Amino acid sequence: MSSRCLADCLLVAAAALALGGCQREARHDSSKPIGGTIPAGESPDTIYPGNGAPPALDPRAARYDNNSPALAEGQFLYTRMNCVGCHAHGGGGMGPALMDDKWRYGGRIDQIAATIAEGRPNGMPAWRGRLTDDQIWKLAAYVRTLSGQPSKDAVSSRGDEMSGTTPATLTPREKPRSADTAGR
Amino acid sequence: MRRAGTAIVAVLSGACTYQHYQSALGDAGSDDRLFLILFAIFLAVCAIMYVAVLVFLIGGILRRRRAGDANVVESGRHHRSDPMMRTGLIVWGAVVSVGLFALAIASFFTDRSMASAAAHEKLSVTVTGNQWWWDIQYNSADPSKTLRTANELHVPVGVPTRIILRSNDVIHSFWLPSLAGKEDLIPGRETDITIVPKKVGIYRGQCAEFCGVQHAHMAFVVNVDSYADFIIWWNRQLQPAAPPHTPLAQAGYDYVAQHQCSMCHNISGTPAGGTVGPDLSHFASRRTIGAGTLPMSEDNLDAWMANPQAVKPGTKMPTIAMSADQRRAVVGYLETLK
Repeated sequence: MSSRCLADCLLVAAAALALGGCQREARHDSSKPIGGTIPAGESPDTIYPGNGAPPALDPRAARYDNNSPALAEGQFLYTRMNCVGCHAHGGGGMGPALMDDKWRYGGRIDQIAATIAEGRPNGMPAWRGRLTDDQIWKLAAYVRTLSGQPSKDAVSSRGDEMSGTTPATLTPREKPRSADTAGR
Repeated sequence: MRRAGTAIVAVLSGACTYQHYQSALGDAGSDDRLFLILFAIFLAVCAIMYVAVLVFLIGGILRRRRAGDANVVESGRHHRSDPMMRTGLIVWGAVVSVGLFALAIASFFTDRSMASAAAHEKLSVTVTGNQWWWDIQYNSADPSKTLRTANELHVPVGVPTRIILRSNDVIHSFWLPSLAGKEDLIPGRETDITIVPKKVGIYRGQCAEFCGVQHAHMAFVVNVDSYADFIIWWNRQLQPAAPPHTPLAQAGYDYVAQHQCSMCHNISGTPAGGTVGPDLSHFASRRTIGAGTLPMSEDNLDAWMANPQAVKPGTKMPTIAMSADQRRAVVGYLETLK
């Protein structure tokens, strides 16, 4: 057994491991309407005040988080449903910025979905019944890319817009915190 | 057996009806007539040259070497040439040059007549490509005459119509084989093509640049009308959508106005004012559903509403959780939008 042979074997093993890593997330067809994914009237803030533990992540988050078809659909909706009108492309304006580390109502995908579905005080309209739940989850998945939360292999390396905005793969990851601790 | 015969007759008669529905050799537009002439010239010239080359090739194979020719190359005496062969080669060279020159001239004149049609535009239409449907806007100096529709183009016969092409997402290509050539729709850029329809009829157009999973279902219908019919159509399309008259249509109207539909679709004269999807103001007057995916009928519309993702997987139209009653009402309302 020469060291050359050993090196070859290692190379083959490394190639096998690398190929195994090529498996990508699946494109879910949204042919079945998804109902009841977003609990009505609940928000993370009302559920766990004080030192209570946050509720477990909604199991359906796995379907949308880090899923590139969902992120792409979310990006389409973000522009077409005029999220841009208040939040700009993440920088904020009339509405708060989405690209920073501050999350008033939680930065998890299910918390963002609840924010979109229910609306929030001071201007955020409720989209329940105006968008399907599937669309709301896709939007929430995309909103997370604005602060670099999803893994870089799921996000697109270029935006849908013609302008030369920074690709999502180069967006720095902000560690989410709630708004009231953000000043510390 | 008899049934099979009937089926064949049905297919044949269908083929006759749609003889010019979509044909790259159609001659229903002025461009296409020019192209057909150009195509015939190219075909004739190339066929003559092809036959000539073959004749010489076969002659070369059959022609025997003369005695004493065997050592020409080796002996270096190859400057000796046959005068007849020499004349023949000069004539051949002249024929090739003249032939190519004639083709270049024919091509130049075709281009020039097409450009002159573009200079006499009488009607301007903006067509915007989207994944996977066509947004169509009739432009007019009078804003009250500006009209937005989708997936079905109406043009008057004999009138040079300039079609301005834009894209909202990826590169598409506007291809109306029976009337004109292709022209790409490029995001961030404006291209245009001028068509002059010569025959009244219904033609099919198709996206001719692969643009995603539903590229094949990105078709449109072109209705070439007489000028009077076209004006009647335009004026009817400018009217706001018909208000609901029956209780069923009223229920459908309420659903459409208050739920997801209105976020993407516009129905003029109602609260539904979205611009993301096709304009539905006169939806039932069109021939197809989903950019040529299904023929327009109540059953097909019901199937489309029940699950667009099953009919056209990947379309931006989401599957909406509505009850069978709600769906029947919505379909009933949409059917009234003539």
